[in-house]
Amino acid sequence: MYATHLSLHDFRSYAGAEIELEPGITVFVGPNGHGKTNLVEAIDYVATLGSHRVASDTPLVRQGAGRAVVRVEAVRDERRALAEIEINPGGANRARLNKSPLRRTREILGLVRTVLFSPEDLALVKGDPAGRRRFLDDMLVARAPRYAGVRQDYDRVLKQRNTLLKTAGAARKAGEGSGGLRTLEVWDDHLARTGAELLAARLELVNTLRPHVAKAYERVAKPHAGNPREPGAAQIAYQSSFELPEEPGDREVLTAALLAEVAARRDDELARGVSLVGPHRDDLVLSLGPLPAKGYASHGEAWSLALALRLACFDLMRAEGDDPVLILDDVFAELDVDRRARLAESVAGAEQVLVTAAVPADVPEVLAGARFDVANGEVRRVLRP
Amino acid sequence: MYEGIVQDLIDELGRLPGVGPKSAQRIAFHLLAADPADVKRLADVLVEVKQKVRFCQTCGNVAEDDQCRICRDPGRDPTVLCVVEESKDVVAVERTREFRGRYHVLGGAISPIEGIGPDDLRIRELMQRLADGTVTEAILATDPNLEGEATATYLTRLLKPMGLRITRLASGLPVGGDLEYADEVTLGRAFEGRRAVDD
Ligand SMILES: Nc1ncnc2c1ncn2[C@@H]1O[C@H](COP(=O)(O)OP(=O)(O)OP(=O)(O)O)[C@@H](O)[C@H]1O
Ligand SMILES: [Mg+2]
Ligand SMILES: [Zn+2]
Repeated sequence: MYATHLSLHDFRSYAGAEIELEPGITVFVGPNGHGKTNLVEAIDYVATLGSHRVASDTPLVRQGAGRAVVRVEAVRDERRALAEIEINPGGANRARLNKSPLRRTREILGLVRTVLFSPEDLALVKGDPAGRRRFLDDMLVARAPRYAGVRQDYDRVLKQRNTLLKTAGAARKAGEGSGGLRTLEVWDDHLARTGAELLAARLELVNTLRPHVAKAYERVAKPHAGNPREPGAAQIAYQSSFELPEEPGDREVLTAALLAEVAARRDDELARGVSLVGPHRDDLVLSLGPLPAKGYASHGEAWSLALALRLACFDLMRAEGDDPVLILDDVFAELDVDRRARLAESVAGAEQVLVTAAVPADVPEVLAGARFDVANGEVRRVLRP
Repeated sequence: MYEGIVQDLIDELGRLPGVGPKSAQRIAFHLLAADPADVKRLADVLVEVKQKVRFCQTCGNVAEDDQCRICRDPGRDPTVLCVVEESKDVVAVERTREFRGRYHVLGGAISPIEGIGPDDLRIRELMQRLADGTVTEAILATDPNLEGEATATYLTRLLKPMGLRITRLASGLPVGGDLEYADEVTLGRAFEGRRAVDD
């Protein structure tokens, strides 16, 4: 799929912007802080209902404005659709599809699909498990939008259950009755059921993604003149907060296992007032050869691995029949010449690639395409001679 | 800030559910500009509704008497009981014309975040109603969102040992929603296709 039009109102630094896009490669060039990332962030927001830079919506709305509107017109299988999101940090966001309001914002998911590479990706390798869980869950949603609901339900179950654990735990400490405990079992049930659904999907995803990650890493880190050493093989493995059953693919079995584990940890959970078992405690373990990436990989290796994770997502979506819009935000400045070239080769054939760069010379020659200059809040198409 | 009584009005309106400060201000100035007779009528209704309307002693639905219209109606099937969260859900189900039994209004759903546990709902009253064995089927028509589901799970565990048939509305209702907002056709179908709860 590809985007044909991007329209912004009071999004980030833009009071208004209308940008015509084409399939193939487009490069946004301009000085630091002039609004290149803001453009691609807007497209990615319509695809994921989130930003790769901030957790809250408030910074996305232009200073002084009350709400932002982003519209993306996209073409998929020759069919055109217009997705619109209104971002209201004070209240509920709203989505419209081809101008008709949707009951829920998340029904817009799946219309625009993106894979975004950014400097923040390094945290996938070096950062906390939360970032890697988000990576997996975002990919689940990109492949099957209904997981947005599963994820939201799970978060809500956790919040309810943690609140109950806190009050019931406090009551128990004070020697009061066990009123809360009666309903705790109900939340155990929901935690196990929703948790098993999320967990099963993540396990399946990790298995599907594994060969793609290994291949992508080989491509990005293969030996070359500057570094003739064979790279170690990139591996990904799911680490669960409890011992998984023999057949983790069977949802019933997984639910029962989670439920048993939750029961076994009852005292601990009440004492600490938080849920200690479930997909919210899991991690995606990355390794290169025999060593874990976190704490061992060099800076360059970590970068290659981060790129490989994103490339693997792109390859998987492509293999499943639909190219996502590929966004390369400020990544070339972070990479050495060889990695730049490899990354560029890997993505040059995508249906649509959007690149941002402060220094045009950082962008490899294979990615020469349509060009926009971004400066002082203006986005201008540069026509080449 | 406005002077005395105008600000009081805005503050009072702002306390209503779904009314933010801006809407409160808009409504207040609408009322100030409106015909005094219209405003008087609104004020009278507000006072009257508080004097007259009570909650049905049997089912918890809003009523103008000790008992609501549905509980008083001898034509309604006493063997089937539809358990809902709020009075407005009774209205929604009535609109479908699919259901001829009686209701039980819980007054909400279990939600630890909001500090609502089983004891804050009309569950004890429900158990008392079921004790004499007249009701043979309980339809759990709580909202199709997490808190509604949790309440249904809780009730299922509680009622199952009593040996009555327990059903849950068929899926097809928009998940994560309010029963009240389901359209009549969908909600009607959900009633027809209700399933026995089997755990
Ligand atoms: N909510 C907002 N309201 C107004 N301006 C904003 C808002 N959010 C960000 N900005 C401005 O947008 C600019 C950042 O834009 P952006 O991140 O797109 O820059 P960039 O062109 O990608 O820069 P770089 O080359 O450094 O990555 C900053 O100057 C920032 O002050
Ligand atoms: Mg940038
Ligand atoms: Zn009644």
